[in-house]
Amino acid sequence: MSGRITGISGPTVSVHLPGLRLYERVTVGNARLMGEVVRLEQQRAIVQVYESTRGLGIGEPVEGTGTQLTVRLGPGLLGQTFDGLQRPLEWLLRADGPFMQTGRESPVCPASGTLRFQPLKKRGEEVRAGEMLGYVEEGTFRHPVVTVEKGGTVSEILEGEFDPAAPLARIDDVTEISSFHDWPVRLPRPYGRKQTIFSPLVTGQRCIDFLFPLARGGTAIFPGGFGTGKTVLEQSIAKFAEVDVVVYVGCGERGNEMAEMLEEFSTLADPYSDRPLMDRTIVIANTSNMPVAAREASIFTAVAMAEYYRDLGCNVLLLADSLSRWAEALREISSALEEMPGEEGYPTYLASRMAEFFARAGVVETLDGKVGSLTLMLSVSPPGGDFTEPVTQACLRTTGSFFMLDTALAHRRHFPAIDWFQSFSLYEDSVVSSFDADISPDWSELRRETRTLLQHEERLREVAEIVGTEGLQDSDRLVMSAAGEIRQRFLAQNAYTEDAFSPPRQTYDAIREILVRHRDATRRLEEGHLPDESLKIPT
Amino acid sequence: MRLSEHSFSTLVSVQGPLIFVERVIEARMGEVVAIVFPDGSETEGEVLKIQDDTVLIQTFGDSRGLDMDHSRVVFTDVIKQAPLSIDILGRAFDGSFRPIDDIPMFVPDEWAPVSGRPLNPVARARPQELIETGFSTIDGLNTLVKGQKLPIFSVAGLPSKEIAAGILENARTPAQVSRSGQAFVVVFVALGLTHHEYAFYRDTLDRLRTHFVAFINLAKDPVVERLLAPRFGLTVAEYLAFEHGLDTLVVITDMTNYCDALREVSTAREELPGRRGYPGYMYSDLASIYERAGRIKGQAGSVTLLPVVTMPEDDITHPIPDLTGYITEGQIVLGRELHQRGIFPPVDVLPSLSRLMQRGIGEGRTRGDHREIANALYTHYAKGRDVRRLEAIVGREGMSDTDKTMLDFADAFEKEIVHQGRERRDINETLDRSRALLVRFGLVQQ
Repeated sequence: MSGRITGISGPTVSVHLPGLRLYERVTVGNARLMGEVVRLEQQRAIVQVYESTRGLGIGEPVEGTGTQLTVRLGPGLLGQTFDGLQRPLEWLLRADGPFMQTGRESPVCPASGTLRFQPLKKRGEEVRAGEMLGYVEEGTFRHPVVTVEKGGTVSEILEGEFDPAAPLARIDDVTEISSFHDWPVRLPRPYGRKQTIFSPLVTGQRCIDFLFPLARGGTAIFPGGFGTGKTVLEQSIAKFAEVDVVVYVGCGERGNEMAEMLEEFSTLADPYSDRPLMDRTIVIANTSNMPVAAREASIFTAVAMAEYYRDLGCNVLLLADSLSRWAEALREISSALEEMPGEEGYPTYLASRMAEFFARAGVVETLDGKVGSLTLMLSVSPPGGDFTEPVTQACLRTTGSFFMLDTALAHRRHFPAIDWFQSFSLYEDSVVSSFDADISPDWSELRRETRTLLQHEERLREVAEIVGTEGLQDSDRLVMSAAGEIRQRFLAQNAYTEDAFSPPRQTYDAIREILVRHRDATRRLEEGHLPDESLKIPT
Repeated sequence: MRLSEHSFSTLVSVQGPLIFVERVIEARMGEVVAIVFPDGSETEGEVLKIQDDTVLIQTFGDSRGLDMDHSRVVFTDVIKQAPLSIDILGRAFDGSFRPIDDIPMFVPDEWAPVSGRPLNPVARARPQELIETGFSTIDGLNTLVKGQKLPIFSVAGLPSKEIAAGILENARTPAQVSRSGQAFVVVFVALGLTHHEYAFYRDTLDRLRTHFVAFINLAKDPVVERLLAPRFGLTVAEYLAFEHGLDTLVVITDMTNYCDALREVSTAREELPGRRGYPGYMYSDLASIYERAGRIKGQAGSVTLLPVVTMPEDDITHPIPDLTGYITEGQIVLGRELHQRGIFPPVDVLPSLSRLMQRGIGEGRTRGDHREIANALYTHYAKGRDVRRLEAIVGREGMSDTDKTMLDFADAFEKEIVHQGRERRDINETLDRSRALLVRFGLVQQ
């Protein structure tokens, strides 16, 4: 099926090719760029092109593929870095050199590394549709290999190490069974049912774990102006979060940051298993200078991979930096399609698209009865640091936790610059009680105390601005002193030192130490002693 | 491949830099066209959009004098490319890559598309080697490293031009210092300069001891050239860096003029305006410039980018500095108050930041005590500035001794470290002076 290009505008192309279906994948032009049909009209179809349209000519051929835009899911994805269309970047580097070319098809199978197949059936055995033929081992993960459409007799089956691009087994000599399958990028993967029980997702960040705890299967956003440390925080969490698999999407962000992260991740070890950190990580890198349409797709490519691992019964964390760049890509495409704009030029479906995306998080019972979770943590880059803008506001309607990154804190080099008054976590009730049970029964009590102290300090600070700290009452100075310690020694956490990772036990000990000292000083003051050293307000 | 000349005189509308041509057979996105005026003179243009047989063209030159009856548009079937050769060193061009130094055009060895191609993220090497600018506030506190993009955020009336010139003149890489080789090159891109500013930079370029390439677009030159000149500069920089292994520092001034040109063209295209009238795709467009900074694994050479941004209304949340800050790896912010007190360069170190500094300093890079000194300066100066606000309320007499020390430290820091006039300081001198200052105030161990 072949047609012609009749118009080109930015990342969209109109084509004359009767018979195309909505969301069908097409190849565009002599360069065979990858595209997707996004609108059908009487005489033409509009195609969103995932690569640069520079040089594309009118009249060049367009071919339909009959399939949707898909991702290949299967063993061998971990440890790799892909672009927004799931092309392995190492593979592109070998093929094209350091600068990216257009029109590269993905390899047959994106898997890499050594994979082993463990068959459960023998040659000549009968199998039913949906029956498991065996499993592939990828590190500690087991990927089931299943007969898909119909059963029959196993006519060939491998064992041990295998070439991921070749079939693992044949049924009735004709049906090939391979380790991977294609899944439409925009389609959520099915599951048995969603659960509503939340257990904590430990991030290793004291401020988050203690004040605004995150739940497995939950969602979190952290908006912040530039320089507030979104990326550093996101990467710290990618390193230290207590999950099985991390999918990290660099969506429209900096290339140097990706390079830094990849280098770091290949040298660091996963604090929970001591295996290389990359062994549990998949990176999608669609930097800001890579094509806009692929940036829009990158989030969906990532979430499909994340859901695939969730369906293996894993706890998966998807981190995206940044959702605003995704929304801007959506806006760019929408404007090229000449759609009616909503607020600030964003399409009116921005909020519903985002809500659909957020809805893919959750703890699920998988189709085969396992329990897996998918947690979403997304950074947001509000223009001018103004949180009233549409993307932040749309997120706030659906997100479970909100970590507001504050420019003033960042200027004072207080990192992570999470504002402890504005941020919230809707999971705190259920999650805090599980910290009470697992770490210490007074976890929630210490939490209340910490919050009270911080609030008290805020009120005192205004007074101190005018009269100076010397003008405050002794008891108030004790509060200032303790709150100062909480801010500087507990809430602030240096991402470049050993302190970068704080397991809950350590978090608990740290806050307990500060609070016990404060209680002690307050008691001594009440008894009439004036402990001078405890009145020094730390700087 | 087209066989016959592809020339059309079917212009249907001309509006500023935009021309619509109808009944065009075959055209490609980004194709270069020659626009032939009725008097036979020519200017270049580029295809922006195609719908059926109607083509939208953006001219790079002046469209004055075009008419609908006798003007022609000739399609060349090629994408805008830059001529490249090592002979480009020492040359100055206008925004359309025509020599302005009275020397004939060099003979190109190769041509490369000006829009460049994205660098594969896994091919990137992490930036971590110092580029010494000669300014203490940058080298000591906001260290610039090879492959980084670090903008200077200025405001109207501040000496951003003197700072840019100072960096052009004084920037060095350690390799160059030791081997006195020619591994270091500056590419200077000027956008919308007034004649006065041009004369100033011309003098600077004449004094340069390092090799340079200059692209100069003056205020009187076509606006659309401003969209092209940075891309020429970066294409040349990439060529020098990755074909010839040179460390290339690209200084672009002023990106605010670039963004205004982008807005002008976008409005002419009747696109939906975004914040303050700038197009919604300005982030991606700026990224296509800024992201070209970088290094490649296993290859010599680097492209480092130092754009100057003048913040309209002194507002850092204005879309131009805001989007720039979201893409670049930090920012050097200039302060009006410092300038008024005669401090040069008036760099306000508190909002300034170099995100890649951590990897570029310390033992084996700059000096073992660099991090400690930088942190101490920053912390105490920040405190001094806080106390200064307090002083305004309670007066110096009402303050504790520690607070007074902090006040004095902040003053001394501004006068002795921030202020350096025209003098060039190497990294050792910067660190020695800083350490001496901290010791004098008893803030670090001797």
